Amino acid sequence: MAQFNLPKNSQITPGKAWPAPPGARNLQTFKIYRWNPDDGANPRIDTYQVDREDCGPMVLDALLWIKNKVDSTLVFRRSCREGICGSCAMNIEGQNALACTMGIDECKSPDNALPVLTRKDKDGAIRIYPLPHMPVLKDLVPDLTNFYAQHAAIEPWLQTETPAPEKEWRQTPEDRSRLDGLYECILCACCTTSCPSYWWNGDKFLGPAALLQAYRWLIDSRDENTGHRLDGLHDPFRLYRCHTIMNCANTCPKSLNPAKAIAEIKKMMVERTL
Amino acid sequence: MAKEEVRQDTRISIRTPRARVRGLGVSHHGAGHWWLQRLTAVANVVLMLSFVVIIAKMAGRGYGEARLLVATPLVSILLILALLSVTVHMRLGMQVIIEDYVHAPGTKIAAVFANNAYAVVVAVACLYAVLRIGFGQPA
Repeated sequence: MAQFNLPKNSQITPGKAWPAPPGARNLQTFKIYRWNPDDGANPRIDTYQVDREDCGPMVLDALLWIKNKVDSTLVFRRSCREGICGSCAMNIEGQNALACTMGIDECKSPDNALPVLTRKDKDGAIRIYPLPHMPVLKDLVPDLTNFYAQHAAIEPWLQTETPAPEKEWRQTPEDRSRLDGLYECILCACCTTSCPSYWWNGDKFLGPAALLQAYRWLIDSRDENTGHRLDGLHDPFRLYRCHTIMNCANTCPKSLNPAKAIAEIKKMMVERTL
Repeated sequence: MAKEEVRQDTRISIRTPRARVRGLGVSHHGAGHWWLQRLTAVANVVLMLSFVVIIAKMAGRGYGEARLLVATPLVSILLILALLSVTVHMRLGMQVIIEDYVHAPGTKIAAVFANNAYAVVVAVACLYAVLRIGFGQPA
């Protein structure tokens, strides 16, 4: 059966409440998931007070502020701090997002938070967890090995048999425009880890991110291996676990629509039989 | 334990991530299932509307009159089409739900078998009832 409850060793316990910085007037509380593989303890939620006057506007700024000034043991991934590397994807206030492009004020707004969270937790704190339903390596760092292997499985490169032209493979502006809304994907895994179908069948379902990339190569006018690519997806689990739940499109920090790309793949599957 | 489960369990089997993702390979199935579910969904809209009209026409009539209505060729044919479309759609949809949530190999095969058996029994029982009335057998 699909697993609906956390196993005993994953159940979250209350954690440490770190003191507020002395003299700070504008405080924001953060409740952050902590887990250390080395101490044998269950995960816990630590509470931090961030001085807004001393900290940048984004959630990533707050995490860095905590790491620099309060608790250097807090572990998370980050690199570009401008929404192009996809490293700092995490679950902020019940919504997968990039910490670097999610504003502290933005994620507190009722429009962003899930209704169930706003009802239950009206303490004004911002809750930060790792991406859902992935194995956790430490604190906010999920193990994305399977996710990357699934991306590799769709063969994300140009495949041709015709000898390469002396200059570039040519495209019309229209050909090129078909890649818009697809090439922008940064593989942050926000969509794939928000997908219930991926939670239940992530070992066999490729997930929204890999399928969006698959479609990006399926409709590339320069690619000569469209049929082979479709063959590789023709499976009840790899492709057809998508039930258009649309969490992927809802959560994508780049405002892409993986669900639409998957629907287009399904249409191509039928198109080649009719 | 089924072969597939051993492949996925990192505690008892060392495999590369690529090997785990590839699993048992592509089954080359799924497009037909998906397309038939869409076709029967569209058919169900029309056929269930006509089914509701047929039931509404029976309101306030006695048992004998209801049987006469079902025995009309158009009504018989509509009912047969509706029950075929609905049971096929039901079978396909339920199978997807089983595949989503039931992962233990034994339970999964049992559930898929039960789903198929249920759809076939319901379809044949309904078909038998409509044909029996349609071909004028006494009650």
